[in-house]
Amino acid sequence: MSAVAASSMVRLPVWRARLVMAVLIAAFAVLAARSVYLQALHTDFLQGKGEARYSRVLEIPGTRGRILDRNGEALAISTPVQSIWAIPGDVAATPAQMKSLAKLLGVEPRELGKKLGDASRDFVYLRRQIAPEQAEQVARLGVPGIYQHREFRRYYPGGELTAHLVGFTGVDEAGQEGIELAHQARLGGVPGSRRVIKDRLGRVVEDIESIRAAQDGKDLQLAIDGKIQNLAYGALKTALAEHRARAGAAVVIDVRSGEVLALVNLPTFNPNNRARLSGEQLRNRALTDSFEPGSTLKPFTVALALEEGKVTAKSVVSAGRDSLRIARFTIHDQHPDAGSVNVAQVIQKSSNVGAAKLALSLPREDLWDLFNRAGFGAAPQLGFPGEASGKLRPAKTWRPVEQATMAYGHGISVSLLQLARAYTIFARDGEIVPLTLLKSDAPAPGTRVISAHAAREVRAMLELAVQPGGTAPRARIMGWRVAGKTGTAHKQENGGYAPDKYIASFVGLAPASAPRLVIAVMLDEPSAGKYYGGVVAAPVFAQIAQGALRLLHVPHDAPLEPVPLPGEGEEAREST
Amino acid sequence: MAKLNLLLLLVLVVCALGLVTSQHKARKLFTELEREQGRARELDIEYGKLQLEASTWGLHARIEKVATGTLGMRTPDPRRVRVVEREATR
Repeated sequence: MSAVAASSMVRLPVWRARLVMAVLIAAFAVLAARSVYLQALHTDFLQGKGEARYSRVLEIPGTRGRILDRNGEALAISTPVQSIWAIPGDVAATPAQMKSLAKLLGVEPRELGKKLGDASRDFVYLRRQIAPEQAEQVARLGVPGIYQHREFRRYYPGGELTAHLVGFTGVDEAGQEGIELAHQARLGGVPGSRRVIKDRLGRVVEDIESIRAAQDGKDLQLAIDGKIQNLAYGALKTALAEHRARAGAAVVIDVRSGEVLALVNLPTFNPNNRARLSGEQLRNRALTDSFEPGSTLKPFTVALALEEGKVTAKSVVSAGRDSLRIARFTIHDQHPDAGSVNVAQVIQKSSNVGAAKLALSLPREDLWDLFNRAGFGAAPQLGFPGEASGKLRPAKTWRPVEQATMAYGHGISVSLLQLARAYTIFARDGEIVPLTLLKSDAPAPGTRVISAHAAREVRAMLELAVQPGGTAPRARIMGWRVAGKTGTAHKQENGGYAPDKYIASFVGLAPASAPRLVIAVMLDEPSAGKYYGGVVAAPVFAQIAQGALRLLHVPHDAPLEPVPLPGEGEEAREST
Repeated sequence: MAKLNLLLLLVLVVCALGLVTSQHKARKLFTELEREQGRARELDIEYGKLQLEASTWGLHARIEKVATGTLGMRTPDPRRVRVVEREATR
């Protein structure tokens, strides 16, 4: 028995043990290879899958900066609104629910049904950007398959008052017009994102990393003074209605800093409700439209004549009821009083003949150079979209008749803001100041264009123009001396001048003793019978100047006596 | 030797438990921080809304209307306004 057992114990073939050993080693090798594959080669994918169970990427919104006026009052603010969207396939609503939903969203029930009817779509906006209170009511209906998410919408408390300047944004909060467009990079917020760990209840328990930091847009403070803007708007609106003008614009410039304190255009629009907008309403006339300015350009010709020492203020340039023939054109004056006209009276009474004669006595290159340095023919570099540069042709293409007409502002076109800026030459004793739409508060260095002496002399002439006997006695105000020039230009139409369509304008400085403001006013096609700049535009200037000087606490430089208004037709007339 | 090992084991267990509790506490605090930050954001938005409301109520046109209409106020006659020059240096 034991022998049998013993004999069966001996001699198992060795290869079997080896085989088992080899199989085991192979199995281990497979395991090792698999673990190398998982741990080393495939690890990124697996780790990503694992993290996906608990880590989430959260969006951090970046809010758009506010736009403020110079006193810190808001002109544009972003505020949260809700957008309602749905997965059409998941929506299950009773007819009553559908009805109240349509009512809450302010859409036709039929249209709502159409939007929700297409079950193949995964996402459909039912209504974008509604008030949070409304959205809460929608949520309370509890219709499955309807969701909402937060968006930001721009509101403009200033409404139509500052619409042209501030501009507006699109539905995605990107600037589309005005300052909103021009300063998009500064105002716009950049949304960020971060990776976090969420627990079973959806609470964020740990920050893993910040993928991209959110950047809120920066606030932007404009040079605009809300009070002066409101004043200018009111004055212009009244004048527009009174004279049945098609359009109008007004700008107010602080002479010391070059800041634009007010910029008004009419007709205007409400940026909070842009459902029906016409191009007419959207046009920023003061900045993006150029027009032939007419007589408001005369002071520049006179300034150059004085500067070159050709004449003095007292030199007689034309004889009263004169007219001037150049080639086949005749230039007339409209004022009735006979007698000789001296240089000062060219401005005071707005004599076309006088201005033309002065212009013809000057080298055309010099005249071009002055216009160029006064900023005509070049955009004012405000960084505003669509600034007009106006039209100033090169001097060597001028014919004599053009040189003569340019002296009184025909054959050259400028924007109202360019014109106002050019008048800072007379306000700052010969220096032109760069303009800015942003608040600076610091005096801006100017560039000398003409000598201080010539500038002061022209300013004195401009003051004569608003005295009785000048073209704009209605520009005067109580308590401050003012100075300025009227313009009444025929409108250009189909390559010629329309006989009965005018642009009435007035550009003035106040107070005349030490100018602080330049105010330019323009009315397009006043059609209630009166169209002279001195009658239509000058009173608007007076109203704005009176209020603005008071608001800016400018000391009086004239006795506080009521200014007698001229009677009907008493002021000197002009034809350009 | 065995005693020392036992002691070290004990220390290890205590440390491990400490780690777990502090991690838990950290997460709780973090949730709280998160909630407060959310509240700060909400308040920020509320601030924006209130600002909007304030500027709507404070519109110059509206103030002027209320002042001249309801309150019967008017701009003083310039003759009755005194402009006082500020003394440059005192």
